[in-house]
Amino acid sequence: MAFWIASSPHNHNQTKTPNLMRLVIYATLPGILAQWYFFGWGNLIHIALAMATALVCEFTVLSLRKKPISHELFDGSALLTALLLGICLPALAPWWISVIGTMFAIVIVKQLYGGLGHNPFNPAMAGYVMLLVSFPLQMTLWQPPLSLVAVDLNFTNTLTTILTGFTLEGYSVEQIRTTIDGITMATPLDTLKTNTGLGLTVLESIESPVFGDNFALGWEWINAGFLLGGIFLIFKKAIAWQTPVSFLISLFICSFIGYSISPDSSASTMFHWFSGATMLGAFFILTDPVTGATSTKGRIVVGLLAGLLVYLIRTAGGYPDGIAFAILLCNMSAPLIDQYTRPRTYGHIKGDK
Amino acid sequence: MDNDIAPQNSKEADVTDNIDEQEAAAEKLQAAADLKAEYKELAIQGLWKNNPGLVQLLGLCPLLAVTSTVTNAIGLGVATMLVLICSNVTVSAIRHWVPKEIRIPIFVLIIAAFVTCVQLLMNAYTFGIYQSLGIFLPLIVTNCAIIGRAEAYASKNPVKQSAFDGLMMGLGFAIILIILGIVREILGQGTLFDGAELLLGDWATVLRIEVMQLDSQFLLAILPPGAFIAMGFLIALKNAIDNHLKAKKVVDKDLVIERVRVNFDS
Repeated sequence: MAFWIASSPHNHNQTKTPNLMRLVIYATLPGILAQWYFFGWGNLIHIALAMATALVCEFTVLSLRKKPISHELFDGSALLTALLLGICLPALAPWWISVIGTMFAIVIVKQLYGGLGHNPFNPAMAGYVMLLVSFPLQMTLWQPPLSLVAVDLNFTNTLTTILTGFTLEGYSVEQIRTTIDGITMATPLDTLKTNTGLGLTVLESIESPVFGDNFALGWEWINAGFLLGGIFLIFKKAIAWQTPVSFLISLFICSFIGYSISPDSSASTMFHWFSGATMLGAFFILTDPVTGATSTKGRIVVGLLAGLLVYLIRTAGGYPDGIAFAILLCNMSAPLIDQYTRPRTYGHIKGDK
Repeated sequence: MDNDIAPQNSKEADVTDNIDEQEAAAEKLQAAADLKAEYKELAIQGLWKNNPGLVQLLGLCPLLAVTSTVTNAIGLGVATMLVLICSNVTVSAIRHWVPKEIRIPIFVLIIAAFVTCVQLLMNAYTFGIYQSLGIFLPLIVTNCAIIGRAEAYASKNPVKQSAFDGLMMGLGFAIILIILGIVREILGQGTLFDGAELLLGDWATVLRIEVMQLDSQFLLAILPPGAFIAMGFLIALKNAIDNHLKAKKVVDKDLVIERVRVNFDS
């Protein structure tokens, strides 16, 4: 009797790509719900637009490349890219922002490099950075949480704003962003950056209504939602725990050092954790199996590097949030990090190659 | 026997004379044909097969930096072409007297002299372009395409061919600059030939074409990353055309091989 002999790994995790992608999409739901609750319909509309564009682009390129369309079109990777991009966009950005961003992400960043598994950069983040660099005006049209907006932003109003730039009553995006006092509101990170530049202390800055009672009105709950989804993914073994944990620890240490040195001009550690796109980046984008590092040690190094970069860009860079830039830089260094953190082959002595 | 041989010899001599004349004529024809073939080869090499922008990827720094508008692209393309022709001619003319050991510094000095001339000329006659090209005009000195041609072709070939080579290489480079300029200007600003009056004089304002009205500039196309992406697409297009031509040629070759096989079998 002959035994069936096969090479390792012997213990398979039978997850297929579509199942994994679907799991990740489900895991973003708590965050998206929080986003919908605090910022209205804008992001949902952008997600829908981006998904439709992604399917069209994916279909076109796959048929041009003569690939099995039904197999690759519905593996969920393009939908996930579109979803992540839609989450990142400002809720009231014009419709063509999400269309151009998704086209760039799918056609150039993903398919031109060879499709799923061959792209060196995370498509959603590369698309976002392209938009941020190309259309700085539209990409900073952040809207304050609904509770601070004077205009009633229901579904139709949001839709007409995205399509035409004006609500049904004729309010422009600029008017929506302005409070009764006539002050334009931005995101907490943006406000903090501007105010610190003006010489105000952090304590004076967080008096602003966009900060709310805790760290950042609305944003803290969105981040909590993504944290919840991320813990669910780790629990399901869909993502490795090393990357997000080392990223968050690194960001914590950096912001703790900054806060200890000068508490007046740097935000608290928890503000860095629960504002901007920290949790989304930590659990959903940095853990991308294609563009991240593959070894355990490598993942930890990538997480640490990303945390440091995010802190540096947030405090010293020109943009209020730096998750996307930090992640692209980490994608670039991932192959090198992988090379230096190669795990020991089983049966070999340490240092033996 | 001797008598018999003598006329034969003379006949043979006549024949050889004739043959010599014919050979000389044929050689002349051959030389003319060779020259023509060489010029053709130079043109193909410069414009397509060995294009400095698309294939050699030389001089990428100015290629990517100044092609945000067509006007800038034409300005730099013409300047580079002028320098390339002049430096090729000079290098070729003095090729017998340049010691091999110090040829590179001599080439660089020649190129630098011509670049200075072109720079001063542009400063005098097209001041707007001179200003918008900025540092990239003097940086033509470091354009590898120019010293590459001086070293690889002009230092080994006669003046006329070298001049033609410089023209073709410069033209190939300028065409790529202009294509990139067209793509980036349309995407970035929605116009064509914006600011052409800076290069061509006041009448050229009529050249400005509003291709499309953009609500907001597509900044990526104007910034250097956009140039890299557009360049990538151009190279991909060139390779795709080459592959297509190759595939066609392979089919022809297959036919030839089949015929050889038939002969072999019979």
